[in-house]
Amino acid sequence: MSTIAVEAAAVSARGTAQAYRALRVRRYLSLAGTTVLSFAIVVWTLLPIYNMILVSLEPEGDVFTDHIWPRVASFESFRGVLTQGHWYLQHFWQQFANSIYMGAWVTFLTLAIGTLTAFSIGRMRIRHGWLVSNAALMTYVIPASFLAIPFYRIMQNYGLHNNLWSVIAALVAFATPYAFFVFQEYGRSIPIEVDESARIDGASPLQVYLRIYLPLMAPALVAVGTYAMLLAWNEYLYQFLLLSSKSSMTVPVALAQFLNSDQSPWNYMMATAIIYALPPVAIYYAFRRRMTAGLTMGGVKG
Amino acid sequence: MFAAFVVYPVAYGLWMASAPSLYRELIANPLYARAVVNTLLFVGLGVNVQMFLALLLSGFFMRRRWWIKALLPVYILPWALPAIPAFVSFHWMLIGEEGLIDSLLSALVGIPGPLWFNDRRLALGSDIVAYIWKWMPFWTLTFFAARTAIPQEIYEAADVDGASGCRRFAHVIFPLLGNLYLVCTLLFTLWTIGDFTTVSLVSEGAPAYSTDVLATLGIHYAFDAAQPALGIAAVMSALPVLIPIAILLMRALQTRQVQL
Repeated sequence: MSTIAVEAAAVSARGTAQAYRALRVRRYLSLAGTTVLSFAIVVWTLLPIYNMILVSLEPEGDVFTDHIWPRVASFESFRGVLTQGHWYLQHFWQQFANSIYMGAWVTFLTLAIGTLTAFSIGRMRIRHGWLVSNAALMTYVIPASFLAIPFYRIMQNYGLHNNLWSVIAALVAFATPYAFFVFQEYGRSIPIEVDESARIDGASPLQVYLRIYLPLMAPALVAVGTYAMLLAWNEYLYQFLLLSSKSSMTVPVALAQFLNSDQSPWNYMMATAIIYALPPVAIYYAFRRRMTAGLTMGGVKG
Repeated sequence: MFAAFVVYPVAYGLWMASAPSLYRELIANPLYARAVVNTLLFVGLGVNVQMFLALLLSGFFMRRRWWIKALLPVYILPWALPAIPAFVSFHWMLIGEEGLIDSLLSALVGIPGPLWFNDRRLALGSDIVAYIWKWMPFWTLTFFAARTAIPQEIYEAADVDGASGCRRFAHVIFPLLGNLYLVCTLLFTLWTIGDFTTVSLVSEGAPAYSTDVLATLGIHYAFDAAQPALGIAAVMSALPVLIPIAILLMRALQTRQVQL
């Protein structure tokens, strides 16, 4: 009897030892796997960004040599961009101001129109409000780039060619449906009784909107505002088509101009690209947590 | 506002593209047929590969190691970066022997890299890779947010039942995220069909317009060849595909309200 028990104990001990070893091997493998994968992700993500920095640090005239590390780091190109020291960059600050102007207006108008529509449909229960929401959904069907040609024609008819406002109008029109969705979804989480009690206290609809609705919507406003700003900053096609004069164009269009010629100063181009990329990256990381919150709350509609 | 800037352009576009002779001209044009194939490849690979990788990677970012948590903000960077500088950088990386990729290849492996934009397949492939690079973080984050919304108890229950690894993915996570995955894929397909920036900046349609997708081909017709009606017809020919996708999307959105 006792020998059998001892044998059984030995077998089970060997079994557990084996299981432990298998577990340890598997844990090492998984550790190695995650390390390799992390490394791959870092390289994958940073390679194009590294390339931007590398090219921007090249001293002038040295761009066509193939090397992987910057041999001499020269900040000449950044200085050139900031002081508008190259004829490609004569209007850099003007163009940068155009981009900011456009981004600010797109953000503001998207927020204003989005909240007003969502407020009047969701809170005041206007009749046939669902029609508007469905119409807004329909704009998703046709991609913005497909409307570029008729839009271009129409803007020429309106006399808005080479005018920043034509781009602002287009971008607002395309950003509002998304804003409207997020606001409506988020607005559902605010009980309607809040509005009603305010109205009993004698508040006009406008007061309810300004004093109650907007403050309660603050997280959604931040999320959508960031979205609209990044949209304006990311957009290329409409700016490229509608803005062609040097003083009205925005930085993306100016950047694309570099690509038209083979003799372009690439280091200046990359320096411009980096400077242009800094504001959204900063804004993005400042609002990162709220952006993710906005993603989950608006469903995934954008 | 909505009428002047959305409804009117749509109606105007449809009116401009209504002549049947335009479509006959399109079909006779070899560039158009190639653009359709390119669009199918770009959308098919660009969307599906990307979404699937994003779904897998979102699981990777759920792990609790400190460096994985630190990795997430870095990984998000392409999304925060504006598209234009990023794609310009891709273009420059692949521009030929002076580009970073070919320099790396010759320095590390010792082989001369290919001329990326002289070959249609390589050029289109670079467009797709650049597109995936730019947007995958966004979808990974979306799925990541959805995964964190799954209650911990479900994972524990799956653990008790002995489901781990692939089986947990196939039988627990995928059914829970399936509808979201579908919605995102459909939505992203709609966006990708209309994508202009990637192809126009990364490969610039090179070589010789052979990597044009419908969106860039339409613009080429309209502004380089001065045939705006033909350009609109080219993009509007995608409508028979877009509308069913949109209807599917609305259906999927309605069932989605329950979950998440």
